[in-house]
Amino acid sequence: MLQINNLHANVGDKPILKGLTLSLNAGEIHAIMGPNGAGKSTLGYVLSGRPGYEVTEGSVTFNGQDLLALEPHERAAAGLFLGFQYPVEIPGVSNVQFLREALNAQRKYRGEAPLTGGEFLKVAREQAGALGMDMDMLKRPVNVGFSGGEKKRNEMVQMGIIDPALAILDETDSGLDIDALRTVGDGINRIMRKPDKAVLLITHYQRLLDYVKPDFVHVLDGGRITRTGGAELALELERDGYKELAA
Amino acid sequence: MSAPTRHNEAWRYSDIAAVEAAWPLPAPESIIVPAGGTFARTIMQDSGTIHQLDIAIGKGATAAIHVLNIGGDYGRVELNVTLHEKADFKLGAVQIGGGTQTLEVITTVTHAEPGATSSQIVRSVLAGTATGTYLGKVAVARDAQQTDSVQSVKAMLLDRSATANAKPELEIYADDVKCAHGCAIGELDAMGLFYLQARGITPAEAKKLMLQAFVAGVFEGAADEDALTEAALAKLGDLV
Repeated sequence: MLQINNLHANVGDKPILKGLTLSLNAGEIHAIMGPNGAGKSTLGYVLSGRPGYEVTEGSVTFNGQDLLALEPHERAAAGLFLGFQYPVEIPGVSNVQFLREALNAQRKYRGEAPLTGGEFLKVAREQAGALGMDMDMLKRPVNVGFSGGEKKRNEMVQMGIIDPALAILDETDSGLDIDALRTVGDGINRIMRKPDKAVLLITHYQRLLDYVKPDFVHVLDGGRITRTGGAELALELERDGYKELAA
Repeated sequence: MSAPTRHNEAWRYSDIAAVEAAWPLPAPESIIVPAGGTFARTIMQDSGTIHQLDIAIGKGATAAIHVLNIGGDYGRVELNVTLHEKADFKLGAVQIGGGTQTLEVITTVTHAEPGATSSQIVRSVLAGTATGTYLGKVAVARDAQQTDSVQSVKAMLLDRSATANAKPELEIYADDVKCAHGCAIGELDAMGLFYLQARGITPAEAKKLMLQAFVAGVFEGAADEDALTEAALAKLGDLV
């Protein structure tokens, strides 16, 4: 589904990714772990096309398409979803309006008919309900006044409504209490653990992986993947730390 | 009387050539709201014209003006408002300009007597090399105690080549008054735009959505709120 080959990327003039190679197949969940400053968030931003994140070398193919040639909104329509580490507040724009426009823009891009207001609300109600978010929150402006946990939960509701093929989740577990962590973990499994979908979980900690069991764990350090293993690698990292591993 | 020049403060940022072409202007429209009365007016400036209104609001009376200033090379809406005892004045103005447009809203709101309230909300969206100006003077007379006046002025620049001028101005001779004024000029939040695009919204629609939020609420209470909002959105759609 996703092939990243020898990816180099700069933020400003600073090289952050330095030859990252990674491949995800449909049906797989991959976790990327690594110390602060390793380039984890940069990878998420580069894949989703954030301005200012410049690819200097390498290639990324997503379902046979050259991902890097697409604009951010085209990448979303092609099935890529980025769960933000810090979901953005957008005053004055309601969640419902935002998500309906987003979903219908994607459908239009793919040549599908738009959902009517009623059809959309049905989907939205379902997804919000499954993640324990009430509809009143969906009517409020996007993320404005939401707590850290609510913002992350809102990301998952968005993911449920948009129903992407590939989710890159950037520290979706940070700022969550134990109950919210379980809710979010259940959400990821329910929405994304399907034979035709894949997930790239970017995380610092092993604890989310208790709920969402990865098929592969990669260590990202100094802008490249330095080690790959199974779920047990996360436990090893938790026990020994990144320093020990690098040694 | 000859046409004003840039030395005249109220015309400092105007399109002087357009003003000269329109000179001499007809006398301002005079509106007198009698004591206890209510008055509401929508000014839709979509053809490059100069509107001048003198409004006297009588004791306990209210006046609400909504302005959408979007059309022509030069559009100007000038309001000269006098508030008598416990009168209320509300202004909600949006100006949206692109290309080489010059758009301005000029107000002088005089609290002549005690206990009157005024509120002015002005939002400008400017692209290309357009110029948008708000000059708003609030004058409070010596015995106009318990005046309560608010000015909220914001401008959004879509291009670095556009210009926004904002001058909220207070001249207060009474000592027991509340006069708040806020002014901000900025650009659309880049992270917000990226967030919307990352969910599949095109760059133009993302900008439109954020600008829609920026001008939202200004037309609240206008009789033709929906028509104003629709016209504003159509103009925003042309710019993004």
